[in-house]
Amino acid sequence: MRSPIVRDALGIAVATGAYALSFGAISVTSGLSILQTCALSLLMFTGASQFAFVGVIGAGGSPWAGAATAALLGSRNALYGVRLSSLLEVVGVRRFVAAQFVIDESTAMAIARETRPEARLGFWSTGIAIFILWNLGTLIGALATHALPDPRVLGFDAAPPAAFLALLAPRLRSREPLAIALAAALIAVVCLPFVPAGVPLLIVAVIVVLYGLVRR
Amino acid sequence: MTWAAIVAGSAACYAIKLAGVSLPQRFLQDPRIQRTIPLLPVALLAALIATQTFATGRHLVLDVRAAALAVAAIAVLLRAPFLVVVAAGAATAALLRIII
Repeated sequence: MRSPIVRDALGIAVATGAYALSFGAISVTSGLSILQTCALSLLMFTGASQFAFVGVIGAGGSPWAGAATAALLGSRNALYGVRLSSLLEVVGVRRFVAAQFVIDESTAMAIARETRPEARLGFWSTGIAIFILWNLGTLIGALATHALPDPRVLGFDAAPPAAFLALLAPRLRSREPLAIALAAALIAVVCLPFVPAGVPLLIVAVIVVLYGLVRR
Repeated sequence: MTWAAIVAGSAACYAIKLAGVSLPQRFLQDPRIQRTIPLLPVALLAALIATQTFATGRHLVLDVRAAALAVAAIAVLLRAPFLVVVAAGAATAALLRIII
């Protein structure tokens, strides 16, 4: 039973590595250095948050608005951690290491398993394989884009919305998230001319949290 | 300032992950929190798409990025892989800039 789990982990890691190429390219096009781009993949290591961070900066927003948006997008990882902690039973130093590997893919590969040893193998093999290929992909994407005289010629500056759409689409399978997505887009565009870049996202975050807490 | 924001944003993301695996189970088990947190990525990703497609700084604009988003949406509806969606959006913007 062990080898199919590791094989699946490697498959997902290869796909994620390809996705990291586009992160590296978009980050450098947004004006971050190669070192800053690689630091994000090493330290932040949660894809949607990283895309949001460089997207906000690329659109002229402040890095702090980018950091706040990244943290808000990363909040789902806390829920993943709650589901994983009973499966993983990590204590001491290993808990601090495991925490960095709590992302969409490692959670999906762990909670789908029937036994705890399989769940642990799924989590660690997916988390470690993705960590390696995500950082490698980021470096290659950043280096390749840095070598271009003007990355905007390839349209990379227009790529972040396409990346966000690909991340959003799987979450829109029912009517409520679709309505929330449309309302959020409208609110962001309406308040955009009146506040500094990046702030519309924080306004949307506050409104959606209030909505989530008061609705039945 | 970018470096400070990278470190602070990464520290916040790590603290969120660590809190999840460290807090006793009863934290974050409130049904309202369980329902609300998954809504955040939906709302934020939609807001990011809208602001990065239709704005330059604080001005609303309609340019090649709207066409790039439309092509990316078609790619998503056709269930294209992530990299193909991004490449379709970027290529549309690049081509339209050459033509227009």
